[in-house]
Amino acid sequence: MSKQDQAAEDLVDTRQLANRIRKHAVTMTHLGMSSHVGSVLSIADILAVLYGRVMRYDNQNPDWENRDRFILSKGHAGAGVYAVLAECGFFSLETLETHYADGSNLSGHISHKDVPGVELSTGSLGHGLPVAAGMALAAKKQGRNHRVICLMSDGECDEGSNWEAILFIPHHQLDNLLVVVDYNKLQSIESVANTLELEPFIDKWRAFNWNVQEINGHNHLELEKALNSRVQGPLCVIAHTTKGKGVSFMENSVLWHYRSPQGDEYARAMHELESGPDA
Amino acid sequence: MRDAFVDAIYDLADSNPLVMLITADLGYGIFNKFREDFPKQFLNVGVAEQNMTGIATGMAMEGHVVFTYSIANFATIRCLEQIRNDAAYHAVNVNVVSSGGGFTYGSLGMSHHATEDLAIMRALPGVITLVPSGDWETALSVQSLATEPGVGYLRLEKESAPDCLRQGEVFCIGKARVLKEGGDLTLIATGGVVKEALRASEILEKSSYNCRVISMHSIKPIDRQIILDAASETGHIITVEEHSIIGGLGGAVAEVIAESGHSGISFERMGLPDTYSSIVGQQSYLRQKYNLDAAAISQKARQMLTD
Repeated sequence: MSKQDQAAEDLVDTRQLANRIRKHAVTMTHLGMSSHVGSVLSIADILAVLYGRVMRYDNQNPDWENRDRFILSKGHAGAGVYAVLAECGFFSLETLETHYADGSNLSGHISHKDVPGVELSTGSLGHGLPVAAGMALAAKKQGRNHRVICLMSDGECDEGSNWEAILFIPHHQLDNLLVVVDYNKLQSIESVANTLELEPFIDKWRAFNWNVQEINGHNHLELEKALNSRVQGPLCVIAHTTKGKGVSFMENSVLWHYRSPQGDEYARAMHELESGPDA
Repeated sequence: MRDAFVDAIYDLADSNPLVMLITADLGYGIFNKFREDFPKQFLNVGVAEQNMTGIATGMAMEGHVVFTYSIANFATIRCLEQIRNDAAYHAVNVNVVSSGGGFTYGSLGMSHHATEDLAIMRALPGVITLVPSGDWETALSVQSLATEPGVGYLRLEKESAPDCLRQGEVFCIGKARVLKEGGDLTLIATGGVVKEALRASEILEKSSYNCRVISMHSIKPIDRQIILDAASETGHIITVEEHSIIGGLGGAVAEVIAESGHSGISFERMGLPDTYSSIVGQQSYLRQKYNLDAAAISQKARQMLTD
């Protein structure tokens, strides 16, 4: 088996993990009658590769000081992180069924309260990156070598607070900080292009002195290579993605930013995910 | 008062290498020595208060004791959601310092008047809200906030009221200080305007009225007992603050009295009425314009006592 084939073979695991994240997300938003399934499906592959092949963590000791810190700045996709944490043994899979329910710890927007493995509660956009910058700066000052990873949405880049941090991070050469932008090109009402154009997006990051890598955010080989790469200075991985990825009728449809899959929609979505190549 | 803060934060950084002082590009000149002696503990993030507060949160999560610094409203309401969602909700040791409470920057205009900050900050769960009146309270506030877990808000002005320090006096968050004893009426003030309350009490003394003067340096947690004692022992209470009369010191004291079941208490709030000030002038001028100087306070007290 060639080295390339071996790598591809190893990645089967993360593809299966991504598939399980997708099924959890569809089920959680179905049971909870909650929103944002499209936003979770968009990042399922990114989460699977991060937790499967990139990040250092200890599910028995979520506060392990040498862990890599992961911040979900697009907090509305919290169901995806809950799912990957449960899959990686931070808490039971059954807990996922409580998502959005009365008295649950798993709020619609990601919460750190009594949820092992979550670093930061978010939900209001534009908060994650400044906090990540502080964590990365502290790691530098304390001479520690873990990474801080911040996953953002494209629509979130409308928030000015991000650009304050985007200026700050290269100025302080925080090469222990990795940004991943889930560039699915749909916001909550319509497309990014029709809302507030980000293009030329890569040029903007480069003009702010970032290293930028542009990848297909659903290709696990590309993801693993980009997310594991270490460069001089901070790195932004622009992951081109499809909102709703993996469920045909949710793909590229702004409807599924808010709609919860019910009745036949749920059955069809699960059938697609259960009969696909990664099932 | 600001100098007392600068000295206190210097000593704190000297004693604890995890202390960080972060400014959003304000404090020209005053932090030179700090910067020189503790370059790794000083950070100027530029004019970016939201980022400053997020960075402070991230650093505090990693064990640092962080003080963020700016003037007037920039350290507080410009980045209010970062204080609420990031720092306070995660209960990290971030202490927001605004140098420029009330009309400290009076002549600079309404953008630089911090006159709603106390109401807003004390409404945030878990946020300790401190308003020292003098140098001693300022230094002790800094020390206390550094060891107290969770978020603190420290409102500073440039000029201090007299410390009125008693021998062996201990500073404690949540415990107000009686600066002057008296049984006829109580003036409860907060911040530098305590100076006007002390002067007012001297004016009233000439008419043989004995006023108690309290420095309420801790707006949250508030000292309920000292308020209740003043209510039962003097029966007349006036609050004085360089802040809107809504929701700050006056509001907090009113809540305590209203819930106490005390009846027959005469109570008045002195502060900025529900308005933005567009009058140009220094702090002392604006105090006079808004009836927050010693003359206005003593007049209000006299009125209350003779009614």
